[in-house]
Amino acid sequence: MLKGKQSWQFENKPAILVSSSVAGPFEGKGKIANEFDIVYDELWMKEDSFEKAHRLLVEDAIQTIFTKSNKTQGDIQFLIAGDLINLMTPTNFAASTHQIPYLGIYNACATSMEGLAMASFIVNSGGAQHIITGASSHNAAAERQFRYPTEYGGQKPPTAQWTVTGAGFGLIGQSNPQMKNQPVVASSTIGRVIDMGLTDPFNMGGAMAPAAAETIYTHFEDLQLAHDYYDAIFTGDLGEIGNEVAFELLAERGFHITREKFQDCGLMIYGDDQEVQSGGSGAGCSAFVLYSHILNEMKRGIYKRVLICATGALFSPLSFQQGETIPCIAHAVAIEMLGGAE
Amino acid sequence: MKKELKPEQKKYQELQQKHETKRPVLANCMKAFIVGGLICVIGQAVSLFYMYYFNFTEKTVGNPTVATMVFFSMLLTGFGIYDKLGQIGGAGSAVPVTGFGNAVISAAIEHKTEGFVLGVGGNIFKLAGAVIVWGVFSAFVVALIKTLWLMWI
Repeated sequence: MLKGKQSWQFENKPAILVSSSVAGPFEGKGKIANEFDIVYDELWMKEDSFEKAHRLLVEDAIQTIFTKSNKTQGDIQFLIAGDLINLMTPTNFAASTHQIPYLGIYNACATSMEGLAMASFIVNSGGAQHIITGASSHNAAAERQFRYPTEYGGQKPPTAQWTVTGAGFGLIGQSNPQMKNQPVVASSTIGRVIDMGLTDPFNMGGAMAPAAAETIYTHFEDLQLAHDYYDAIFTGDLGEIGNEVAFELLAERGFHITREKFQDCGLMIYGDDQEVQSGGSGAGCSAFVLYSHILNEMKRGIYKRVLICATGALFSPLSFQQGETIPCIAHAVAIEMLGGAE
Repeated sequence: MKKELKPEQKKYQELQQKHETKRPVLANCMKAFIVGGLICVIGQAVSLFYMYYFNFTEKTVGNPTVATMVFFSMLLTGFGIYDKLGQIGGAGSAVPVTGFGNAVISAAIEHKTEGFVLGVGGNIFKLAGAVIVWGVFSAFVVALIKTLWLMWI
């Protein structure tokens, strides 16, 4: 139900029943490599185009959910997913393969939490028994669409980010009150588009930070939570600069949490020796970190309550070349372990 | 064309600037000098090779040298090395003819998945096209100025 201005609280506690994650070669050498279900060792994944490889990521992630949950297409009512590629062909084609009634969604890199919020709302209000939701991105497919050909020797500034190759998907369904240790979606806040007039596509973190700060601040206002309610707050893909800026923006508005609690998914994937400039980004970034590492950490008991705030830059190569600024959005979803401290 | 910034946008951009990692301009210039210089040294060696072993003069050696350097650039692009060199070298690897070759060849490789005619053919000059168009046009303008200048005097 609606809480405050723009948040939903899910009183029926829809649960993330199972989750799956697929990663590319570069991510497979990073810090959380052993938490992914499938790791590909090359970008083509034996397909003849990067877009087909991208589709394979989505198909694999959904297939893994079937295997893990022991369910088939017929048990799932809806698929809510999206990616970054023109008109979303990778996800659309994967939806064609798996034949689940499908809602395609696009909010750039905030698609992951947009999907999770929508899926939770539908399950919470009895609109479905099971929904699969998630997001994905492929480094080379995104590079060639948003930037230059992959083999082009252009120099990237230190503010640039690395689009992750990966997909993260979750199966959302009714939680089982008997079962302990179940991650459930407690609430979510839908952000509004914020444009601070930045134009540099090589500094997306800086452009997206105000959207993240606004959504996080509104989330706490709407749900009237204490600032230290969550064990950790994860921004989606702000990178080093954006995460730092968002933290300062929140502090300016009188929002106080410890610095270590304010993390970024884009900074959790790669090792220090991997050259990704300011950190990872892409629709798959927050998705596959949440649906692997963060949920695993919750099951291990490290976190009881977390807030994930995925951020998206809503521009296109066309709008950028026409001199438009970069409008940004952020959606936040709160996940709690059922049976945790009240 | 630039839109007037609102006060809160201005205020935010100042705050953002504070955190933005600055481009290491001096270090980049030095790396560009070394990488670009090395490419030119190799080019010079190729020139000398053609002049020494074949029947080329200092005037005519340009063409085979450029062709050879672009060939090297093609190999490095195809094996995925030139983009890594570009991250280090910046302008040093972009300005020499090898950088031009890289721009053409990387686009050709990239668009092979859309077929040879519309994919490779239609996109091969996607990046280099701007260089050709404005290179030729500015050469025309300079030549025109020179011609008029000489007519005047």
